[in-house]
Amino acid sequence: MSTSQGLRAWLLTEEPTSRRQARMAAWYKGWLTLRSNTLAMLGLMVLVVLLLAAIFAPLLATHDPFAQDLGQRLLAPGEGGHLLGTDSLGRDIYSRLLYGARISIYIVALVVMVAPVVGLIVGTVAGYAGGWIDVLLMRMTDIFLAFPRLILALAFVAALGAGIENAVLAISLTAWPPYARIARAETLTIRNSDYIHAIRLQGAGPLRIVTQHIWPLCISSLVIRVTLDMAGIILTAAGLGFLGLGAQPPSPEWGAMISEGRKYILDSWWVATIPGIAIFSISLAFNLLGDGLRDVLDPKEGQS
Amino acid sequence: MSAIDIRNLTVWFGHGADRADAVRDVSFEVADGESFGLVGESGSGKSTILRAIAGLVPTWSGQMTVAGETLGPKRSKSFYRKVQMVFQDPYASLHPRHTVDRVLSEAMQLHGVRDIDTRIGRLLDDVGLGPGFRFRYPHQLSGGQRQRVAIARALACDPAIVLLDEPTSALDVSVQAEILNLLTDLRQEHKLTYVMVSHDLGVVGHLCERIGVMQEGRFVEVLSVEAMRRQQAEAPYTRHLLESSINSIR
Amino acid sequence: MTDDAPLLDVENLWVRFQTRTGVFDAVRGISFTLGRERLGIVGESGSGKSMTGRAVLRLIRPPGEIEADRLQIHGEDVLTASEKRMRQLRGGRVSMIMQDPKFSLNPVMTVGQQLVEALRAHEPVSRAEARKRALATLDEVAIRDPERVLNLYPHEVSGGMGQRIMIAMMLLPDPEILIADEPTSALDVSVQLQVLDIMDKLVRERGMGLMFISHDLNLVAKFCDRIVIMYAGRIVETCKASELRHARHPYTLGLLNSVPDLEHPRDRLEVLQRDPAWREAPSVSARQ
Repeated sequence: MSTSQGLRAWLLTEEPTSRRQARMAAWYKGWLTLRSNTLAMLGLMVLVVLLLAAIFAPLLATHDPFAQDLGQRLLAPGEGGHLLGTDSLGRDIYSRLLYGARISIYIVALVVMVAPVVGLIVGTVAGYAGGWIDVLLMRMTDIFLAFPRLILALAFVAALGAGIENAVLAISLTAWPPYARIARAETLTIRNSDYIHAIRLQGAGPLRIVTQHIWPLCISSLVIRVTLDMAGIILTAAGLGFLGLGAQPPSPEWGAMISEGRKYILDSWWVATIPGIAIFSISLAFNLLGDGLRDVLDPKEGQS
Repeated sequence: MSAIDIRNLTVWFGHGADRADAVRDVSFEVADGESFGLVGESGSGKSTILRAIAGLVPTWSGQMTVAGETLGPKRSKSFYRKVQMVFQDPYASLHPRHTVDRVLSEAMQLHGVRDIDTRIGRLLDDVGLGPGFRFRYPHQLSGGQRQRVAIARALACDPAIVLLDEPTSALDVSVQAEILNLLTDLRQEHKLTYVMVSHDLGVVGHLCERIGVMQEGRFVEVLSVEAMRRQQAEAPYTRHLLESSINSIR
Repeated sequence: MTDDAPLLDVENLWVRFQTRTGVFDAVRGISFTLGRERLGIVGESGSGKSMTGRAVLRLIRPPGEIEADRLQIHGEDVLTASEKRMRQLRGGRVSMIMQDPKFSLNPVMTVGQQLVEALRAHEPVSRAEARKRALATLDEVAIRDPERVLNLYPHEVSGGMGQRIMIAMMLLPDPEILIADEPTSALDVSVQLQVLDIMDKLVRERGMGLMFISHDLNLVAKFCDRIVIMYAGRIVETCKASELRHARHPYTLGLLNSVPDLEHPRDRLEVLQRDPAWREAPSVSARQ
């Protein structure tokens, strides 16, 4: 107890004595702000559960997600030892859901590694450089923005071939323009602030200014936007799966599961509904978390 | 030798039909170790002169020789070792996500200073902040403390000339007194040359020896503080400025 | 209600903010009254002077809380008044002028529209009548050619004129109390005096009560009858403006002496030595 008290005091001190302590204290204060937001914590909890479910899927699953048993097809939830029922090929929906979480996380992680990074680079470079570089990059962004997202993704998948990796690539390629727009808008305001002038007067070059001074301030608004978009990413992936262009059967991707359940929706509602509920709750969780992160990461917070 | 020699400086914003001249044909000299004040109302172009010297405004014409270097469109790295600037608003001039330590050590790294750790300690002492402030973020500092950090950053590379853009106008009077005293001390210790912009005649009169009075981008008059104190201003605008500031203070 | 009763009667006013680290008291139990006079409230940033001005109109946003033994505007209790009644009071009986006119005027409405709206929000008058009174008030705040100014947008007027328009807008519904929070800090020195003169003249002519909140002790001394000096949420000293030179409290003296003076140069400015005891000393009452 006393050590945790000491740790807390160490983290909340007004006079940190090392770089590490200052950074940890800043993180800890952000965590306290986030923790005081009940809804955001709820979202975080759902996501942690999802992550754990994906990691421990082999332990938690009651059946092999790929094992077909046509004698047991379309069982209602609870029947025959199948917690959430079975689908048209007699596969256990609960187990498929768990393994499907892996695919969803995989998709989200890949998209998050590509789209915001591309957007950040394009946006900050355009915003800081200005002139013809700005015009060129932003018109490119506009072209991407002008296409409906799913249609563009469809075109990419059609060109590259169906499959999860290609779906991710297609989603990333269509998802970066809004990030570029945000990053550019932020850069334009940051660029003319006195602290950027000050570092220019220390002789810092554009590369250093963009990466060390502008990025940290843009990243927070991007992180917020990403968590809010996460739901959209999962839904687009699910949409591609639903259209048969994302994950291929028999892989237990949630969108593909809904697509398969579509045929039986009137007689066996659970086949399509249960993955639908999973998608819904994860999307909601990301939205709630994103909202909470906004309070923590907003650079204006705590400035007065 | 004069530290700063400005001849026929014109600075403009925009181009073509939108062009607006912020500074028109201004010439002045500042001797080594002198402290020169620029006074005028908002929009008179006084800050623009500082920004043009510092290289923050690329659209200017005329001749500027600063610290023995004739200035072109771009400033060299060695220029920034000799000339530094302190900005008006201490709430806007520090990066909100960087600690005091990061601000100062980055400035020193850029100038290739060695022995950063001990120098930061000394620098913080110089500006009257103890070592306890080293790892704080700007939002944990008061306005006066932030301005001290900004001054420390400007002094990180031992410059010869410091450009001061209304360094105290965003601060309370008691804090303003502290900062002005600090600037006086630092000037003596480090043999600095100041160019200070302010709208407050009292502040400029305290720190500077000579004052250039500006109106609509031009110098109305350049005179010594002594002369101003004796009410020997000739231009009607300077008189008007003197009257209103003396009226508002006493 | 007799006429010499104070316009504003405040006793033991507290403004509290709940924060993660505990309760922060921005204003700590101050008492003052405002009659038909000009009362200056002086202090540094963080002294609670602006909070005091806002608390009077119940303009403190949550998590801020207002507590007081008494908080009355012309005998009417502010703490228990309904939100609807408060909206009538604000801008009707009590007007407030903020620091920067740029942020107080609506950028997409002409000056005339805003003035007319401001008046019609408080009085059932016709547009034509409102416009006539707007013109008259603009004339009062020394705006030449008010017809033209009525059709301008806020970005087309200078800072000094913007602040005079704000004053005109605040005076239109004939308030009894004017709260001016740093009304001239955003203006150039030479314009400052002009704006203050106008405000001063109007307040005196109309027999209003003025609460002048500022960080500039000398300015306040020049324009007010009575001065209240705040430090750390408390009133440390109160005196007649004419007797400011006889002020006793070291904080007041420190404020006076730390201003650089063109006519009386000094090598070093006096620096305020803050005594922790000032924070704890009980608040001085500024009631009359």
